[in-house]
Amino acid sequence: MITGYAIAVSACAAGVAIWAFVLVVLHREPEKPLLMGVGALEALLAVQVVISVVMLIGGGEPGSLLTFLAYLVGSLLVLPLGTVWALAERTRSSTAILGVLCLTVPVLLLRMVEVWGGASA
Amino acid sequence: MPEQPATPQRTPADRPATASGPGRVLIVVYAIFAVAATSRAGVQIATRFDEAPVPYSLSAFAAVVYLLATFALARTGTMWWRVALASCSVEMTGVLVVGTLSVFDSAAFPDATVWSNFGMGYLFIPLVLPVIGLLWLRRTRPA
Repeated sequence: MITGYAIAVSACAAGVAIWAFVLVVLHREPEKPLLMGVGALEALLAVQVVISVVMLIGGGEPGSLLTFLAYLVGSLLVLPLGTVWALAERTRSSTAILGVLCLTVPVLLLRMVEVWGGASA
Repeated sequence: MPEQPATPQRTPADRPATASGPGRVLIVVYAIFAVAATSRAGVQIATRFDEAPVPYSLSAFAAVVYLLATFALARTGTMWWRVALASCSVEMTGVLVVGTLSVFDSAAFPDATVWSNFGMGYLFIPLVLPVIGLLWLRRTRPA
């Protein structure tokens, strides 16, 4: 993992989350620009996975490989699965769901940085 | 119900389903905790169960409660509403009991469970979640 990149992605995730919650306050359903923001965030996370896998093959040793891989997979799944759930019933609540999903990204990345740095769980 | 009159009467049958509107946000948070607790308990039990069997069993129990609550809230019908009520109640009890025990007898809880210290390690969300869950279930109580 590259900590700087993880911080940058976390900042973007926080930005999209704030954007979503502003739209919730404005009583708006999810609109295309917000969904594109979530999509862009997913792309940044995919790059993060590629970086991590390359560094793992190159000899990176996280505190627990199993835990790290679980977070890696989880970080790729949370936005797509959550977005499907959010859009199954389009209301203002869907927008709030997208905000909550974005908030999980910094948490996942923080945990991954900890495990990458040697934490065992 | 698009073909209802413009001003439908508010009857108990109009109560929203648990998996509708704001309930869907609640279900997402429950789902996130279900996945997090299940994965964490799975890793703890698979790799070092002997170190602390009680907290790790509690982690697994919490995981089951979150999974059940998520699933029950996402379903409709009186039976699932009752299952959701039961799981949210167990969750509320669990976080209060485990939270209190872990504060007064931290030696018994060497490694964190979701409910240790009232869920402090999880921004106290485990403490707030069952409260919101139970309030939502009251709002959506079947007639």
